[in-house]
Amino acid sequence: MPLDPATQKIRAFDQVGTRPLRPDGLDKVTGRARFGADATAPGMLVGRILRSPHAHARIRSIDATKAEALPGVKAVVTSKDFADRSDDLRDILVNIMARGKALYEGHTVAAVAATSASVARKALKLIKVDYEVLPHVTDVDLAMEPDAPLLHDDLITSGVEPVPTKPSNIARKIEFGHGDVDKGFAEADLVVEREFKTEATHQGYIEPHACLASVGSDGQGELWVCTQGHYMVRDVCAQLLGMDVSKLRVTASEIGGGFGGKTTVFIEPVALALSRKAGRPVKVVMTRDEVFRASGPTSSTSMRMKIGVKKDGRITALDALLKYQGGAFAGAPVDYGGMAGVACYDYPNIRVVGYDVVTNRPKQAAYRAPGAPMTAFAVESVIAEIADTLKLDPIEMRLKNAAKEGTKSAYGPTFGPVGLVETLKAAKAHPNYKVKLGKNQGRGIASGFWFNFGGQTCVSLNLNIDGTLALAVGTPDIGGSRASMCLMAAEELGIPYENVRAIIADTSSLGYNDVTDGSRVTFASGMATIHAARDAIKKLCGRAAKVWGIPEEAVVWEKGFAKPSGANAGNFEPMSLKELAANAAKTGGPIAGHYEYNAENAGPSFATHVVDVEVDPETGFTKVLRYLVCQDAGKAVHPSYVEGQFQGGAVQGIGWALNEEYIYGADGRLQNAGFLDYRIPVASDLPMIDTAIVEVPNPGHPYGVRGVGETSIVPPMAAVSNAVSHAVGIRLTESPMSPPRILKALGEQAARKAG
Amino acid sequence: MQYEAPATIDAAVGLLSKAQGLARVLAGGTDLLVQLKSGTLEPDLVIDIKRIPEMTKLVAENGGFRIGAAVPCAVLGENAAVRKLWPGVVEAANLIGSTQIQGRATVVGNLCNASPAADSVPAMMAANAIATVAGPNGKREVPVGDIATAPGKTSLAKGEIVTSVFLPSRPAHSGDAYLRFIPRTEMDIAVVGVGVSLTLGDDGVCKAARVALGAVAARALLAEDAAKAIVGTKLDEKALAKLAEAASAACRPIDDKRGTKEFRIKVAGVLARRAAEKALERARGK
Ligand SMILES: Cc1cc2nc3c(=O)[nH]c(=O)nc-3n(C[C@H](O)[C@H](O)[C@H](O)COP(=O)(O)OP(=O)(O)OC[C@H]3O[C@@H](n4cnc5c(N)ncnc54)[C@H](O)[C@@H]3O)c2cc1C
Repeated sequence: MPLDPATQKIRAFDQVGTRPLRPDGLDKVTGRARFGADATAPGMLVGRILRSPHAHARIRSIDATKAEALPGVKAVVTSKDFADRSDDLRDILVNIMARGKALYEGHTVAAVAATSASVARKALKLIKVDYEVLPHVTDVDLAMEPDAPLLHDDLITSGVEPVPTKPSNIARKIEFGHGDVDKGFAEADLVVEREFKTEATHQGYIEPHACLASVGSDGQGELWVCTQGHYMVRDVCAQLLGMDVSKLRVTASEIGGGFGGKTTVFIEPVALALSRKAGRPVKVVMTRDEVFRASGPTSSTSMRMKIGVKKDGRITALDALLKYQGGAFAGAPVDYGGMAGVACYDYPNIRVVGYDVVTNRPKQAAYRAPGAPMTAFAVESVIAEIADTLKLDPIEMRLKNAAKEGTKSAYGPTFGPVGLVETLKAAKAHPNYKVKLGKNQGRGIASGFWFNFGGQTCVSLNLNIDGTLALAVGTPDIGGSRASMCLMAAEELGIPYENVRAIIADTSSLGYNDVTDGSRVTFASGMATIHAARDAIKKLCGRAAKVWGIPEEAVVWEKGFAKPSGANAGNFEPMSLKELAANAAKTGGPIAGHYEYNAENAGPSFATHVVDVEVDPETGFTKVLRYLVCQDAGKAVHPSYVEGQFQGGAVQGIGWALNEEYIYGADGRLQNAGFLDYRIPVASDLPMIDTAIVEVPNPGHPYGVRGVGETSIVPPMAAVSNAVSHAVGIRLTESPMSPPRILKALGEQAARKAG
Repeated sequence: MQYEAPATIDAAVGLLSKAQGLARVLAGGTDLLVQLKSGTLEPDLVIDIKRIPEMTKLVAENGGFRIGAAVPCAVLGENAAVRKLWPGVVEAANLIGSTQIQGRATVVGNLCNASPAADSVPAMMAANAIATVAGPNGKREVPVGDIATAPGKTSLAKGEIVTSVFLPSRPAHSGDAYLRFIPRTEMDIAVVGVGVSLTLGDDGVCKAARVALGAVAARALLAEDAAKAIVGTKLDEKALAKLAEAASAACRPIDDKRGTKEFRIKVAGVLARRAAEKALERARGK
């Protein structure tokens, strides 16, 4: 994408930067909005899924004859209903329906479609699965042991020379960095090395996965689904079911949260297969229990982090070993997570070695800045410990090493204009940083980074007869993006925000759009919207030119009006968008703007968080007293929704730090598959999350926009850990820092002090 | 599944006694409906007690209060007289779930669900509350601590139903309190719960005390040694330390997803002490 000259200077905006109501707001607060489970169809059946009760088991046979014979049962599907494949969709295929082995508790083994939920439930009980239970492993370190139970007997570690001859649970080894770490540590005055562990967490979206599939006897299918990317759903499902892509139309419902967890498929191909077999529409809605056991949580990790510094706090070297387990299939985000997790600083010497490991857990899915919070936890904890030891102000220590324009990142590229220094300065200047702390209280600082993504995008902007506009985008709105799109279209056209209405179009209405992920939508769909508006403006000027009988180039667009470009062009009254719309039929027909591209130069977003906590030394209970997010938005199109992203990421990170975790029993089964015992923070647990938007424009976007959705979850685990560590005087290295863990650490410290 | 909503206790007992298969009483349903929905329980008969007039009443009796089995916790919270006499019991009942849950949930349901972590139970045990049980052989009175026997199990015989819980009258200079530990601030299940009730003499010395612990054993426990540690004292530092120690010593917890053994034992002592201090303040009329 060529740089837009307009971004070279900071421009003034009429609408961008204001805070109008979101177009989907009323529907959501009144219950009119339609989510995944809200669709119905004539003759609809209920689909239910049979899941493995074992963490690891060979499936000797499945006998569904009794279930099929039960009145009301219209279809039963198993892996036999999906053709095997050997391409890169194979893991997805095996994940949505176990083939030969159940690889984790909750793994889909079969599914039924029946006339009612109770018949479907009965039918599941009638399916006889003969399992041979196998030894299992859920811990990343144990899974890497040479004698660990093996998940896949054909998994050969990639990235290792010479190529291993034997299979293992290690899918990949990665390594990146630059310089000479041994030399760097030799130059250091202080070297701190620590081991860290983080437990898996779930995105915790309030809406469970849900879809309504309908495949006709002519092979044409429709799917209504709650997803972050309906084009992805269409393409993956069509391939898994052997359908032409053109025969499957997918519509994205409103979405009750995704956070990355809805960037893949689980129930959708199963629902389509059931519908095809039954010849009736089939609705599948996961229960919360299924969401926890069988959708995608994050990786759990085990890490070693070593950082060397000079006396003044300047980093000389970083050496990291990162082990991420990603559930039953390869793909733990140790690569991007590791790269992002170390990205905040300028290292003369750095080496990061990472392992992507499989275990008997559900396949991990993306979760906001996938993989970054864990490595950042390790980096920022060691940085905090160094600052404490050297008695340096933690913000000054970070400023000394902060990545800025021209810094060569550990993952390769050299940064353009970025805002880490600005977020650190904003944090230092904020009143929260100056509050005096009391007894049992501690303050924690941490910074964070996420790359951000552009990706394939296609939008269409159609002018209605009354001068209002319909904007069709193909990226599901998971955080208020429709409001931002409308603001950008209105800004370009110079018309009121209310005159633009954005919808998420179905897969047959627009060209391909990548999933809503990578913090890409306000950046990429937003830029496409701007270009589509400019395309429309060009056509509008053409129509005015036609009416006035002057050349197209002699017409300019200004604040909602076509105008002659100057006195030479002729003396005509400006023509409003409304007039142009009303006359469109006479001047050449409908007017629309389009844009499709593969967006680049997303521009990373950095953040710095400051948190104060108070720990009850007798119970280990942590109360978050105040929390500040300072983050670079490039340009905040709708500041309220930017702040919402900052706050949401911080809250999810606080949960990850303090209480959220996947708890496995010795039997390899998840112990806490519900919101009672999987403890996300409730409103009363939290203070208002304070925010400070920093704006260092991204040269890759006409308005300077950077994505903001993910960076906000990167610092919290480290920031909270640093605060708790300061409050109790013990360095904590494992998440979650739950009360039993804190109290245990306090007890051990007391025992040490007692001698 | 058959659903019945009888209008009298006798009718309810009759239905329960004759029931074939699994029968369950439905009060607020905040436990039962969750169990039905998740499929962990599939009863053949559900008997709703909310249409039985005397079960829905909260009445003053002999200086104390009788709480009908269908009285929601919110009604307890709104009753100033009950709040004044047994603030600890009311605060326990008003910790259950949330405002919405309390609009339905009952203390008798909390008791009969027989969760070791039930919040109102240690508070009611500390208050020496008595449950009235109706059955095919008439009525009997049972201390609330004897209803639950193990997680999910009660001492109620077939056909028996708890009709009410009686909170007794109490002497002047009495106070009670309930505290629980949860890792969050609401919508959670007690990892440890402690109820303390005590009465002071005119000289400020503790004349009587009851301490009950929740979530630290298969059912709520009366910690008699913990109570003894403060009786005859002015709840000075030493007595409170002894109380905490005795409360910890009474625990028989397990390690589970909600907390470790060592955590529960330690925190039971901490909360016993804090609850005693709170009860003391109330007894002193502060
Ligand atoms: C979101 C949520 C949060 C919760 N939070 C808490 C909490 O913080 N603390 C806590 O302790 N609990 C909590 N609970 C559990 C529940 O709300 C309480 O246990 C409540 O007091 C149960 O009362 P109920 O009237 O709803 O019981 P029901 O569900 O109607 O009944 C519970 C059980 O007791 C039996 N039963 C009921 N009445 C009688 C009777 N009269 N005679 C014989 N058997 C009877 C029923 O058959 C059933 O087995 C929570 C539940 C939910 C859904």
